[in-house]
Amino acid sequence: MREEINESAAQAKAAPNPRIVKIKNFWKKLTSSKSAVIGGILIILFVLIAFIGPYFTPYSPFDTDTSNRLVGPSMEHWFGTDNYGRDIFSRIIHGMSITLYVGFFSVFIGMTVGVLFGIVSGYYGGKVDTVIMRFMDILLAFPGILLALAIVAVLGSSLENVIIAVGIFSVPVFARIVRGSTLAVKKLEYIDAVKALGATDGRIIFKHILPNVASPIIVQATLSIATSILSASGLSFIGMGAQPPIPEWGAMLSDGRNYMYDATHIATIPGLAIVVVVLAFNLFGDGLRDALDPKMKN
Amino acid sequence: MFTFIVRRLLQTIPVLIGVTILTFGMMRLIPGDPAQIMAGESASPEQIELTRERLGLNDPLPVQYMDYVTGIVTGDLGTSVRNGRPVSGEIAPRLRPTIELAFYSTLLSVLIGVTAGVIAAVRRGKLSDSLIMLFALFGLSMPNFWLGLMLIQYFAIGFDVGGINTGWFLASGWGTWQQMVLPVITLGTAGAAIIARMTRSSMLEVIDQDYIRTARAKGVKERVVVYRHALKNALIPVVTVVGLQFGALLGGAVLTETVFAINGLGRLMVDSINARDFPIVQSGVLVFAFLFVLVNIIVDILYGFLNKRIDLN
Amino acid sequence: MVKATDILDEQPILEVKDLQTSFFTEKFEVKAVDGVNFAVPKGKTLGIVGESGSGKSITSLSVLRLIQDPGKIKGGEILFKGENLLDKSEAQMRKIRGNEISMIFQEPMTSLNPVYTVGQQISEAYMIHQNMSKKEAMLRSTEMLELVGIPSPKQRVKQYPHELSGGMRQRVMIAMALACDPELLIADEPTTALDVTIQAQILELMKDLQDRLGMSIIMITHDLGVVAETCDYVAVMYMGKVVEYASVTDLFKNPKHPYTVGLLNSLPRHDVDLGDVELNVIKGSVPSPDNIPTGCRFAPRCPFASDICHEKLPHLEQSEEGNQIRCWIYTDEWDGDPEVNVNDQRST
Repeated sequence: MREEINESAAQAKAAPNPRIVKIKNFWKKLTSSKSAVIGGILIILFVLIAFIGPYFTPYSPFDTDTSNRLVGPSMEHWFGTDNYGRDIFSRIIHGMSITLYVGFFSVFIGMTVGVLFGIVSGYYGGKVDTVIMRFMDILLAFPGILLALAIVAVLGSSLENVIIAVGIFSVPVFARIVRGSTLAVKKLEYIDAVKALGATDGRIIFKHILPNVASPIIVQATLSIATSILSASGLSFIGMGAQPPIPEWGAMLSDGRNYMYDATHIATIPGLAIVVVVLAFNLFGDGLRDALDPKMKN
Repeated sequence: MFTFIVRRLLQTIPVLIGVTILTFGMMRLIPGDPAQIMAGESASPEQIELTRERLGLNDPLPVQYMDYVTGIVTGDLGTSVRNGRPVSGEIAPRLRPTIELAFYSTLLSVLIGVTAGVIAAVRRGKLSDSLIMLFALFGLSMPNFWLGLMLIQYFAIGFDVGGINTGWFLASGWGTWQQMVLPVITLGTAGAAIIARMTRSSMLEVIDQDYIRTARAKGVKERVVVYRHALKNALIPVVTVVGLQFGALLGGAVLTETVFAINGLGRLMVDSINARDFPIVQSGVLVFAFLFVLVNIIVDILYGFLNKRIDLN
Repeated sequence: MVKATDILDEQPILEVKDLQTSFFTEKFEVKAVDGVNFAVPKGKTLGIVGESGSGKSITSLSVLRLIQDPGKIKGGEILFKGENLLDKSEAQMRKIRGNEISMIFQEPMTSLNPVYTVGQQISEAYMIHQNMSKKEAMLRSTEMLELVGIPSPKQRVKQYPHELSGGMRQRVMIAMALACDPELLIADEPTTALDVTIQAQILELMKDLQDRLGMSIIMITHDLGVVAETCDYVAVMYMGKVVEYASVTDLFKNPKHPYTVGLLNSLPRHDVDLGDVELNVIKGSVPSPDNIPTGCRFAPRCPFASDICHEKLPHLEQSEEGNQIRCWIYTDEWDGDPEVNVNDQRST
């Protein structure tokens, strides 16, 4: 046994930077997961569409054409036209950036606040922990989209308020995950050692705890983007979010409701667009979870 | 068991107090004068002053809050801005459709989710496993309001297949089974997907446990091993998910009720937000939060029954 | 002196011939059990000894055909009362499991189903194999609990596993295994997870029940102390192969295989004061399964290994006492020191 330990110590010396090895292993696992690869490629594609797509659309997303209302998909209008004769394909392309913007920013808000709460709660413990976690429990007691609904009711209907509202209801999820991981990391012996060396709390949190809780945060963030997009489009669907004529997919779908008999495509196509984008984030999140932490389940 | 239930009920008191503080605070956070808001946008200055007096808005905040809580306990939730009727009377008849919708949807998602999850786990790596998991992923990624519209399109409006019209169900209302089928599917799908994924991973974990090997060594049939020995253990974490999922379900009910024109609490909320009828919005949020807390108490008790390792006393 | 040849006088209850069980990963096949032979005489106890990874547990699971994917029994014969278990259908095997051949496992903490009472779990065996009613089965389960020395069995039978200590749980496992009066009991490290005092009690109980019920036992263990206490015969396994098979007295008095000697040396001795002498441990460790030595599996760690050991795999040969040994030293082809005596290596 003793020989073995010496051997592995020697190997460790010769081996390249362990962080690089770790990243390489992670990359290998990630690329060996079919769902991660498909999801990742789709997300990159969607981001490209969001940035450069609007310059290449055949029509303006706002131009109405009363002579061409409710036209089904054709060579001229790939996804057909809506009740104002607007080209749905162009509106979908323009809507991509709105969807991603809502997804990324609401999760960014929820993640930042949640991680902050979680770390403070887990690291300092005691009364601070009790107060923060009880507050998170109360937030959790408001069923998902309803909390957002209440917030939008207070702040008024707009896309920005939807982002804030959806962000707030993802706070408790992040806070809980981060608190748990922080508690686990805090117990490790090397944190005591670092403390003994005189490191400040801030340094310990940023240098030692944050990197250790990064994996679950990243996985949760990816999956949260998917649910946030769904919630935000739901709010727009009931008129609480993006206001017309913004080509937001949930709002477009809401327009289509009134034409189910004559032109199903107006409702079908924005819904499909939402499904595809959400699916991509879910696929990528699943793959990411398997690669980063196979023990983490659902 | 009794003490466990009592203790669990006591534990929810701080959460409920927090919920009331939030809904109380909600009204104070709306930009503008609460009296103006509560009295409605078209109210005259006299009416606003009257409202201010009635709501005790000149009192200190703690007194106002205590009045609010007393109101909740005695069933006085204020009056609607739109028609001046008591909020409790507006909300009460709307509860039944929402609770029924949530109940049947939960039932559907548990039945389908657990069955699909078990099949996928037992056939791990086979085609049926991949198909079930793919379906689950789609179910998870679909906006339910869109699914609802598509179901209306294909099964309420319907289309002709060899002379048969598929418009079997109704697209609006609540009460008859023709009205209930599509909303329940709409609302239950996402939950079924999540429960299927959870059940599968939980089953896979359990099926490798030592006690499963013990059962096999005893001569137990594989089917009995799966359903009697493995499933009961695998359901323990699933039950928790069902409880948490119920929150998302209530949120989804708002959208489903809108799509299917069901006169439930969710639709009332949406209408009231649009009409800026805040007393109803405030109480609606409160009722939803109470429902969610209540369901999670039931789930916790169920969990206690399932998981013998928890010491109930 | 009991000789292994005595086995041949009557038909053994279980005879395993050239058993091969492998686990298949994407890239390669791990031969966990690679041509194992042994026999269990009626009413006697056979010990299977080896380090972890030697294939002893896989061997025992193979006997009951409880190997799960990606494992597979590739070949050989498992003759139970003269019939090959590998030819049986799954339904026929179920009638044997828990009824004619039972098994108890290493981890009493995790081997009982946490959501059923111990009574329900023991009853299940009666209900499956003897078509008993629930009530009758519960009654018999209570009797079994009494038989395995659990105090106040009427209360215990209604308890859940988490309410019992590790030793109690192992008694429950034994009660469950012996419920249908099996002819063969396979015990896979039944005492490893238990405290030393409890270990002795459990072994005592098993011996006592064997005397009363007359079943044969396969005792899987890495602990030669357990072997000395409970077994009549011993098969020593190393890397999926039996390297020595002997009566327990022969094995302890006159071990033949260098690996057996190594194992014996690694036993802490309480009777002799070794002073400062370190515990004698076999050098090196078991090679990984994807790097199996070409010759004798033990050659890289063997203090006696000569050229032939590294080149060719020795066969399991009968020795003059009727024991079996897989080592070049005892063959005509031996090319090392002709005067070699593995027992010289034994620490006193």
